[in-house]
Amino acid sequence: MGAAPVADALAERAYEPVIGLEIHVQLSTRTKMFCGCELSFGEQPNTRTCPVCLGLPGTLPVTNAEAVHFGLMIGMALGCEPAPRSIFHRKNYFYPDLPKGYQISQYDIPLARDGRLGDIRIHRVHLEEDAAKLVHAGASGRIHGAEASAVDFNRGGTPLVEIVTEPDVRSAAQAAEWLRLLRVTLRQLGVSDVNMEEGSLRCDANVSIRPAGEATLGTKTELKNMNSFRFLERGVNAEVARQEELLREGGAVTQETLHFDPRTGALSPLRSKEEAHDYRYFPEPDLVPIAPTEEMLERARSALPELPAQRAERLESDMGLVPDTARLLAFRSDLGDFFERAAAARVGDDSKAIANWIVGELVANIGDADPADTKLEPESLAALVGMVREGTVAGSAAKDVLTTLVAEGGDPAEIVEAENLGAAGGDELARVVDQAMADQADAVEKIRAGNDKATGAVMGAVMRATEGRADGAEVQRLIRERL
Amino acid sequence: MTGDLLDLTAAQAGQRVRAGELSASDLFEAWRERAATDSLNAYRWVADAPPPEIAAGAPLGGVPVAIKDLFCTEGVPSAAGSRILEGYLPPYTATAVEQLAQAGAPMLGKTNMDEFAMGSSNENSGFGPVMNPWDESRVPGGSSGGSAAAVAAGLAPWAIGTDTGGSIRQPAALCGIVGLKPTYGSISRYGMIAFASSLDQAGPLTRDVTDCALLFRHMVGRDPLDSTSTGLPEEVRLPDQERLDGLRFGVPPELTRGGVDPGVAAVFEQSLRHIEELGGTLEEVSLPHSDQGISAYYVIAPAEASANLARFDGVRYGLRAEAGDLASMYEDTREHGFGDEVKRRIMLGTYALSSGYYDAYYGRAQRVRTKIAEDFRSAFERVDLIVTPTSPTVAFGLGERTDDPLAMYLSDFCTVPMPLAGIPAISIPGGLSDELPVGIQLAGPAFSENRILEAAYALEQAIGFDGSGARG
Repeated sequence: MGAAPVADALAERAYEPVIGLEIHVQLSTRTKMFCGCELSFGEQPNTRTCPVCLGLPGTLPVTNAEAVHFGLMIGMALGCEPAPRSIFHRKNYFYPDLPKGYQISQYDIPLARDGRLGDIRIHRVHLEEDAAKLVHAGASGRIHGAEASAVDFNRGGTPLVEIVTEPDVRSAAQAAEWLRLLRVTLRQLGVSDVNMEEGSLRCDANVSIRPAGEATLGTKTELKNMNSFRFLERGVNAEVARQEELLREGGAVTQETLHFDPRTGALSPLRSKEEAHDYRYFPEPDLVPIAPTEEMLERARSALPELPAQRAERLESDMGLVPDTARLLAFRSDLGDFFERAAAARVGDDSKAIANWIVGELVANIGDADPADTKLEPESLAALVGMVREGTVAGSAAKDVLTTLVAEGGDPAEIVEAENLGAAGGDELARVVDQAMADQADAVEKIRAGNDKATGAVMGAVMRATEGRADGAEVQRLIRERL
Repeated sequence: MTGDLLDLTAAQAGQRVRAGELSASDLFEAWRERAATDSLNAYRWVADAPPPEIAAGAPLGGVPVAIKDLFCTEGVPSAAGSRILEGYLPPYTATAVEQLAQAGAPMLGKTNMDEFAMGSSNENSGFGPVMNPWDESRVPGGSSGGSAAAVAAGLAPWAIGTDTGGSIRQPAALCGIVGLKPTYGSISRYGMIAFASSLDQAGPLTRDVTDCALLFRHMVGRDPLDSTSTGLPEEVRLPDQERLDGLRFGVPPELTRGGVDPGVAAVFEQSLRHIEELGGTLEEVSLPHSDQGISAYYVIAPAEASANLARFDGVRYGLRAEAGDLASMYEDTREHGFGDEVKRRIMLGTYALSSGYYDAYYGRAQRVRTKIAEDFRSAFERVDLIVTPTSPTVAFGLGERTDDPLAMYLSDFCTVPMPLAGIPAISIPGGLSDELPVGIQLAGPAFSENRILEAAYALEQAIGFDGSGARG
């Protein structure tokens, strides 16, 4: 085979991205991972420190029981098997943000392993401590070329859970989507603030590509610093495109760590502690193994709330919601809670309609706010939806009623009455339709000639006359009746 | 009067204070003055003010204690014998030191030591070697050489040190005093500047076994700041048995034959006769893997040390070399701050943990360690205690082994297996060889300190060692 056909084959080949995610979650325990310092939320630098988290000579770590509890909860929520006995290791490297010269982490025996969240398998869940924060003075903003660097040890020693997925993700969009599911799951557990911008949820991605349909894995690169869902998607897409171009040109991907620059969207090799480093892991002799007792496991198990993925499933199967609506309600637990209260208030089967009103009109009205914080009561929403079903209020008028309920509260029936928003019907509506058809004689002719679109003119006239209180379907019926 | 006072054992002095015959502050003052006359380079720092008031009923009666420089003491220099920590003042005090102060043993001073406890002669101190009070041209042993020399020379009533591979027992032997390495975990390591975390253990260095038991009693305890600490399952008793009836003593050929100097062997043989005279029985027991103890030890201890010493990077405390960039600052700081032996062990340990070598070195050493622990377990199914010489030789000359690290490492071959197994062992003076003390080591199963102390006490009475030759 000559060179040209090879090049053509490369150019035409379809590639499939293979993506694994590594997520670091800062736990919202009261104190740090291995000492008694309270966690820091923007305090003055180096005010949340002690001899232990400063790595002073002679100090020893002591494992935070609450962090172990949270770690077990996360492991269980992700369907992992907690290890009967997991151990800590020292991960050795020199860096000023690491006061001991090693990070206490877990290595070959993590806290929990082999789980699944949604359609992505979880490889492992382990506990470790966060590094301190470096601030570099000077133009570069990085340690190389900095005029001076200062270390703030407030963050040093914050408990982290690292979650590593199997390489099951096949697109940047899927990665972002799954990370959202993970975030809402962790939020539901109440174990972390899970804020990507503030760094309490951090995501690295291992990205490789391979010819579609092949089973072997290509050489991967590690992407760091994608501190929002959008950046994760952009970073992974950029990297997949870069690797594809490399391979199509006959080149090869080199294993390296890449830093995502959110301003430019560019990926640049990270000149860092990562490169060419041998971490010389060995078991941490200062700590005893974590051997969860049956009591600890039971405590973690019973602390698990219903998780978003389970709730979505239940809303779908028990309440008949369509998948998208069920997920939206499950992932935003405030909406989900409001929905379930509203649905429970009604004897009739309005669940689907109530759900649609929530994800449609209500969200349009209140955005990200919690509906429980508005004047709207779940029972009022249920009543309103019931009135629409019974035809006592038209859909368009009901939207106005909802706006009033959100802002002022009250009883929907009374609002309809007071503002004269009740559906026009009976003799009144018949008279209005007669009048409209008389006024729109041209349109009526066209309808008779088979032009259905002309109905709109008559309908418009009816709506104007009733100020939107007429039910569209009923008007249609009355028009047909009179043709 | 002062001379008499300082001739009392610590237990005797404490008793007098508690009986109201002696004031704690006079006692402290007498010892402070005595410590200040140190010409052995045993002390790095001596208290310059009287201690806070001693509670009337304090069990240790105000008898001051010399503290190895490895223990962090708030506001008092704590350099672990290293230039890299010169001038470092810790903001907190080690648990063991705190407990002793609470029990009525205030700190008398900080004693010299091999840098980061790495050494068997005290010649690795960043602040000059300590001299042996029996013969000032000889080493006191190490690494707790300052503590051992101070007690032997009568510069301190008692002292504490740390033992990783023999660092309490070997200097105790070479200085003719008593030194106990307790069961791993019985005393908190919090505040001990770490050398090898899975081996390091604090313990007393004292003039006699009674003092040893008394000081040890107030050092033990489970510490919430040290998750590897366990305390002792039973109270430490003050020994009073003068017989060894019914006790079975194991003599391991691996630790008592090859390499032991004839003079040391003779004193050891004499001790075995004493054991028999006191009603104990002797039996040969094999510790087949103990000859690999030194090899395993010199992989595991440096490996842990290579990580423990990474924090001395010039960023937060201690020495910082001025250099252009971060990497040079690290390199220059550590180049100037650490001595040769420390650098040697950091390199050994770093190598042993390196990717590709981990299993061959660290992994294998851990397996040997397990074998050594199993050897002891099966030996203790047959005997109650194991008896060996503490050191294969008496105190050697200053400078004699400094150019031969391997010969220096072999000084520890009788003492290294016990910390690898986590078990307790004591060294007591067995007699003299060429006017120099010889130590006898008794080892027992984990948490058998009371048994060890009882036997050591009985043997001590029979031996009748006179240590006054070293006290000026």
